[in-house]
Amino acid sequence: MQQTGIEITKDLTIPKLFVAQCKKYGKNKVAMREKEFGIWIPFTWQDYYDNVKYLCLGMVSLGLKKGDKVAMIGDNRPEGLWAEMAAMCAGGIGVWLFQDCMMDEVKYIIDHSDTTFFVGETQEEADKALAIKDACPRLKWILWDDPKGMRNYKEDFLISIKELQEKGKELDKKDPGLFEKMVSDGHGDETCLLFYTSGTTSLPKGALLSHWNMLTMGHNLMSVDPCYDTDDFVSYLPFAWIGEQMMSISCGLQIGYTLNFPEEPGTARENIREIGPHVMFAPPRLYEGMTRQVQVKYIDSTWIKKKVYEFATWVGYRVANLKFEGKSVPAGMTILNWIAYLLMQKKLKDHLGMSHLRHCYTGGAAMGPDHFRFFHALGVNLKQIYGQTEIAGISIVHRDGGVKFDTVGTPIPETEVKITDAGEIITKSPSVFLGYYKNDEATVKTLVDNWLYSGDRGFIDEDGHLVVFDRSKDVMTLRDGRPFSPQYLETRLKFSPYIQEAWVIGDKRDYITAVMCIDYAVVGKWADEKKLNYTSYQELSQKVEVYDLVQKQIEEANRDLPEVAKIHKFVNLYKAFDADDEELTRTSKLRRAFVENRYKDILAALYLDADMVHMDTTITYEDGREQRIKTDLAIRKVKV
Amino acid sequence: MVQGGALREGDTILELKDVHMYFGKVAALSGVSLDVKKGEIHSIIGPNGAGKTVMMNCINGLYRPQKGDVVYKGRRINDLKPYQRAELGLSRTFQKVELFGGMSVLDNIRLGRHIHLHSGIGCGSIYIGKTKKEELECRKFLEEEIIDLLEIEDIRDKTVHMLPYGLQKRVELGRALALQPELLLLDEPLAGLNLEEVEDMARFILDINEEKRWRVTCILVEHDMGVVMDISNRVFVLNFGNPIMDGPPSEVQKNPEVVKAYLGEEDSYSTRR
Repeated sequence: MQQTGIEITKDLTIPKLFVAQCKKYGKNKVAMREKEFGIWIPFTWQDYYDNVKYLCLGMVSLGLKKGDKVAMIGDNRPEGLWAEMAAMCAGGIGVWLFQDCMMDEVKYIIDHSDTTFFVGETQEEADKALAIKDACPRLKWILWDDPKGMRNYKEDFLISIKELQEKGKELDKKDPGLFEKMVSDGHGDETCLLFYTSGTTSLPKGALLSHWNMLTMGHNLMSVDPCYDTDDFVSYLPFAWIGEQMMSISCGLQIGYTLNFPEEPGTARENIREIGPHVMFAPPRLYEGMTRQVQVKYIDSTWIKKKVYEFATWVGYRVANLKFEGKSVPAGMTILNWIAYLLMQKKLKDHLGMSHLRHCYTGGAAMGPDHFRFFHALGVNLKQIYGQTEIAGISIVHRDGGVKFDTVGTPIPETEVKITDAGEIITKSPSVFLGYYKNDEATVKTLVDNWLYSGDRGFIDEDGHLVVFDRSKDVMTLRDGRPFSPQYLETRLKFSPYIQEAWVIGDKRDYITAVMCIDYAVVGKWADEKKLNYTSYQELSQKVEVYDLVQKQIEEANRDLPEVAKIHKFVNLYKAFDADDEELTRTSKLRRAFVENRYKDILAALYLDADMVHMDTTITYEDGREQRIKTDLAIRKVKV
Repeated sequence: MVQGGALREGDTILELKDVHMYFGKVAALSGVSLDVKKGEIHSIIGPNGAGKTVMMNCINGLYRPQKGDVVYKGRRINDLKPYQRAELGLSRTFQKVELFGGMSVLDNIRLGRHIHLHSGIGCGSIYIGKTKKEELECRKFLEEEIIDLLEIEDIRDKTVHMLPYGLQKRVELGRALALQPELLLLDEPLAGLNLEEVEDMARFILDINEEKRWRVTCILVEHDMGVVMDISNRVFVLNFGNPIMDGPPSEVQKNPEVVKAYLGEEDSYSTRR
C-alpha cells in the first residue's frame, strides 16, 4: 500500500505493527491526546510504547498467558487503549464491554469469555467487577486507573494501572527482552479480539477476530479513502463497537494518525469542534442528533438568520441533488453555492466540528435519505458504510463522487459480494472472522465455504451498488403481498426533530401502524413555547397537542407512499426506547421481537377498534432500580 | 494542600460556648454549645425554625450572638467580620443558591479563590508578573481539584442561570471549596435535588471530608435523615433554639426525645434509601 508503505502479511500482527510504528515516530510525533483538566495533553509514540510495554509486562508478572482474555470497560481514554494493546502484545485477547452495560450483561460476557483480567476506569467499574467476581471463577485481577473514590478498597486482587506498570518495570529489569520476544512470537492468524455483537434477538455472540482480519480491513478501506499521518481522529464512540476499533486500531495504527480522546462523554461534541477531525465514523443516531440540533436552533433563531439559513439550504439542496444525479453544477449555481458557503455553511460546519472533514462515514444501522441530503446540502461528504463485526468492520463503502443515498456503495478491494437466491447478502474477504466463541452452531450457520451470511436482505443495483433492504427477518409483507422495510419508514419518521424513535408494525396485517417516542428535549421546548404544562415524559407524550404534532410528522412521512404502505394509526409511547430496558441494542438498534412481546397489549389494541390502551409495566433505571408505571395511552387514527 | 495549622485530627476546631441569639423577644438560640472535632462531619438536625441556619450564620459571622463565644481554632472570633473569618479558612454554602446567575460557572468558582490572590492593580490590569503567575496557579487548582472532583467539565463555560438547580448547588459547593477551607458549613446541600443528585452530592461531601488532599471538616445542616445518619460522625439535635442532644448517629436515632421532636416514625425518614 502506498500511503503507509506497510505490507500486510500473514506474519504481521497488530503488536508488531505497533512496535514498528513506535520506533518510526518515537518522540517526534503525537500518537494520542487526551483532554484533561481543560487542557489537551499529548502522548508521543514513545509514551504510548512505554505505557503499553510496562502494562503488558505487569500483567504478565501477574500471570497473563497467551490466549488469556482481558476485558476492558470505561470511557474512551488512552489507558483503555493501552490495556488493549498490552493484552495483545502478551498474546492475550481483548474483550470490550459497553460503558453502560448492566450488571447481568457484564456478568454474562465476563463469564462466557473466560476473562481473567478486568480493566475498569473508576470506582464504578471496579464495583461492577467486584459484584460479579464470585460468579465468574476465572476472573483473577481487577485493574483501575482513576483513583477517585478508590481510597477505601483494600482487596488484594484490585490493582491500579500505575502500580502494575511498576511491577512491569521490575520484570523488565529481571528479564530484559521479554516484551520484544512476546511480540515477535505472534502470528497474524491468531485471535486478537473477541467482540460481543449486539444481538437484536438473542444473547450476545462472541465473534473471534484475528490480527489478519483487522489489518486487511483497514488496509483495504484506506486504499479506497487514503488517510495521512497528519490527520486527526476523535475517538469518542465506545470501543466495544467495531467501528471505533476499525478507526483507532485497524486504520489508526497503520497510518499513524493522532487519536484524540474527549475530556468527558458530555464534552465530546465541544471537543470535536476544538480538534476539527479529518475522518469521522459514527452510527446514524449521531448524525440524526446533529440534524436535530441544527433544526432546533433554526426554529429558535431570529427571522434574518432564518432567511439566510433558508437561502443557503435551498442552494445546498439544489447543488447536492445535481451531484446525486451525476450532473454538472452550472456556473450561476456554483457562485450561489459559494455565497451560501460564506454566509452559513462555513459557520455551521465549524459548529458541528466538520470544517476539516475529508472522509465522513455513517454505518451500523440504516440512515434515512433525508439526513443524507441534509449533510450533502451542507457540503459534507457523508458516505455510507456497510459491514458487520464478523467482517472486522466494513466491506462496502461509497466512493467519492459516487454517493447514492439509497445505496451503501460498492465493495472495498479483496471483497466479493453476492446475493443468494433467497435475497440474502453474503460477503467474502480476508477480513471474515474466525467464528463465534463457544458457539459452533451459530458459526456453521453464518460461515459457509468462507462466505459470511449477513442475515440482511438486499440487491445489487444497475451501477453495481449494494442496496440493503432490511434485516431478512424484519422485512414485512404488506396487505398486497409486496415486501416492505419497516426501517425505511422509521428513518423517514426520524427526520422530524420531534421524533426520537419509531417502531413501525404491519407484517401480514391489514394496515400499517406505528409506536412513536417523542424527543423529550425538543417537544418539551415546543410545549414550553405553546405554554403547555407537563411534569414528565409520560404526561407530555399524552397531550392532545403533542398527538397533533406527531400526526403532522407522520402525514409528512406518509406522503408519496402507496396507500398500503402508509401509517394508519399510531400511539405515543410513555417513555423513549432504551437499551437498559433491552428495547434497543447497545448500538441503538430496535429489538423488534422483544418490543413486540413487551408491548403486546399496545400491538393488539392498534388492530382493534379501540381508542385507548391501558398499560401496566415496570421500567429499570441504570442503577438497577425499578419503577412500576400505570397509564392510559391514546390511539390516534391518521387520515390517509 | 489544605494547611492543617497546628491542629491534628480529633482536636477541637470549632466551639460554640453557651450561645444565645435573640431577634427582639424571640429566642432563636438559647444556650447552644457545640464542639466540632477536626476531620469530622458534624450534622445539625432539627425541625423547621429550630435555629439551624441561625447557628450557621453565627459561625460564619452574618449574625453576632448577644451572649456566648464562638471559638475557632482556639481563638475567639465573635468580633470578626465574615470575610475575616473566610480568611481563617471558614467557608459555607447557602440553603438557597446564592450564585451570580449571569456569570459563567468558572467565574463563579473563581470568585471563591479571591482571598488567595494578592497581586496589585498595576500588574493586574496588564496581566503580567505576579498576576499572571497567580492566575495560572488559580486555574490549575480549580481545574485539577474542583472541576474534576465535582465532575462539571461539561458546564464550566455555561452561564449559571441556564443550569438546572442540582448543578447550581454543585457549583456553589465548588465556590466554597475554591477558598480551600478547613471548616465548611453546608446549609441543606441536598434540598430540592432528585435521587441521583442526592447520591452524587453525598459522595462529594464524603470525598472532600475523606480524601487526603482535602480533609475538610464539615458542619452539615440537612433534612435528609438517610444521608445524615449515613455520613455523619456526630449529630447535634436542635429544637426551637434548645439543644436536645449531641452524639453519634446510632445514639441519636435511639433517643426517644429526638424521635418525638424530630424524627417521628422510622418509616418517615428512611424513605430515600
